[in-house]
Amino acid sequence: MSTALRIEDLTVHYDHFTALDKVSLEIQQHTTLGLVGESGSGKSTLARVIAGLISPVQGQVLLGSQNLGKKRSREQHKKIQMIFQNPDSSFNPKHTIRQILAEALLFHQIVDRSHVDRRCKELLASVRMDESALGRYPHEFSGGQRQRIAIARALSVEPSILIADEPTSALDVSVQLSILELFNKLKSELNLTMLFISHDLGVIHAISDNVAVMRQGRLVEVNTKEQFFTRPSTAYSRELLSAVPKMPTSQLSGGFL
Amino acid sequence: MSASPILEVEELSLAAGSKTLVSGVGFSLDRGESLGLVGESGSGKSLTLRAILGLLPRGVEQVGGTIKSEVRAAMIFQDPRKSLDPLCPVVRQVEEVVYYRQQVSRKAARTIALELLEMLGLPDSLKQTDRYPSQLSGGQCQRIVIAIALACKPGILLCDEPTTALDVTVQQQILATITRLQQELDFAMVFVTHNLAIAATLCSKLCVMKQGSIVEHGDALSLLQHPQHPYTQMLIDSVLPLPELEGSASV
Repeated sequence: MSTALRIEDLTVHYDHFTALDKVSLEIQQHTTLGLVGESGSGKSTLARVIAGLISPVQGQVLLGSQNLGKKRSREQHKKIQMIFQNPDSSFNPKHTIRQILAEALLFHQIVDRSHVDRRCKELLASVRMDESALGRYPHEFSGGQRQRIAIARALSVEPSILIADEPTSALDVSVQLSILELFNKLKSELNLTMLFISHDLGVIHAISDNVAVMRQGRLVEVNTKEQFFTRPSTAYSRELLSAVPKMPTSQLSGGFL
Repeated sequence: MSASPILEVEELSLAAGSKTLVSGVGFSLDRGESLGLVGESGSGKSLTLRAILGLLPRGVEQVGGTIKSEVRAAMIFQDPRKSLDPLCPVVRQVEEVVYYRQQVSRKAARTIALELLEMLGLPDSLKQTDRYPSQLSGGQCQRIVIAIALACKPGILLCDEPTTALDVTVQQQILATITRLQQELDFAMVFVTHNLAIAATLCSKLCVMKQGSIVEHGDALSLLQHPQHPYTQMLIDSVLPLPELEGSASV
């Protein structure tokens, strides 16, 4: 299996605060890496550095064998796409869904102008939405539907890596489940390589192949999903896992029989 | 055991203009008992809670039903930073509430405030140097908010998703604190959450709300094990499972 993305010794400072402290990480082709950590641990900063939205003080980001520098070309930007937590603020409210999807397709010259409409419909179908959505505006959709549109837009340019930064945290639990199901389907259909960020360990368990844990700007553990959830190698991971509220099991309550 | 419930909500209906937001909600609560209100956004959980406190948002009115309560209620909100005054140091804020609600002298109010902070496990350094909300973490701010709520000596504590904005480890501490305080002070509690696992561990009774009405209610454990309503089942199914941690303290 080849490495899709490799980052080496990334360091980022915000004034005197060290947000990332020499973080090195690899993501294999066609796998999903789940990134967990508490607020302020540097998860989102890491995502933004990889997407090229923040330039690091030190370290490098390698996409395949290509080094991504401070100034990225349009082609390099295209290859890494990002989905954000809040779908409301990532769309232009005055654009129809057709405009939103077409803009990315035309900007990166994915298809001819004459084929844009057909491609938009295909994209909506891939995220299980009706093509009648094309003529409507973002505010006409629910949060979950808007997140589907955001996913369609990110996938429209055929990125080599998809970064999802807490994509389900603003959604209701049942909607969250349907979005996770969609991600899992897309993963197998399109062979996605993903960096999936969440503070919710249940979400990470549902989507990831591997898990990385961050704390105060450092990477404390990288492990396979099975290992991490049953036999975490650091005390901090264990602490995180045991803090998740559990449903009362039947064993505990069945004692009265 | 008191014979009559300390809070009785009957056929409560709330509306904004001609739009009904909550209809026919009813439950009762005894001393020391805790009730969980679960449901997704827009189900009317928070509005019900606000109606109990008499703090309905502008434009929303009670159009039917009764709320009977003999005791004081206090509320904890979701975002601790937003419910504190950013320009006033935190110990002062607790002190202020003690001073007005318990009607004691300023000096006594400070002593009581410091006792409350200690009870909630806040750092001792606050006794010497008071700090502003922005200088505390989210979890610490939530503890301050709980201290303020307790300063009102409430008979009922209303919690509106008090841990949703917090990290899991902090959430665990806050929930443990609330449970401990409830045992010590014996107040009743209405706990609003969308997280069934939290509701189940904290509350003995549950009400599942959907689109403004209660679709199912009952004893927490039996409700989760034998849900009658498909909506309850759906909520249970959407709790994402985690495998058992090896070597953890299990049964």
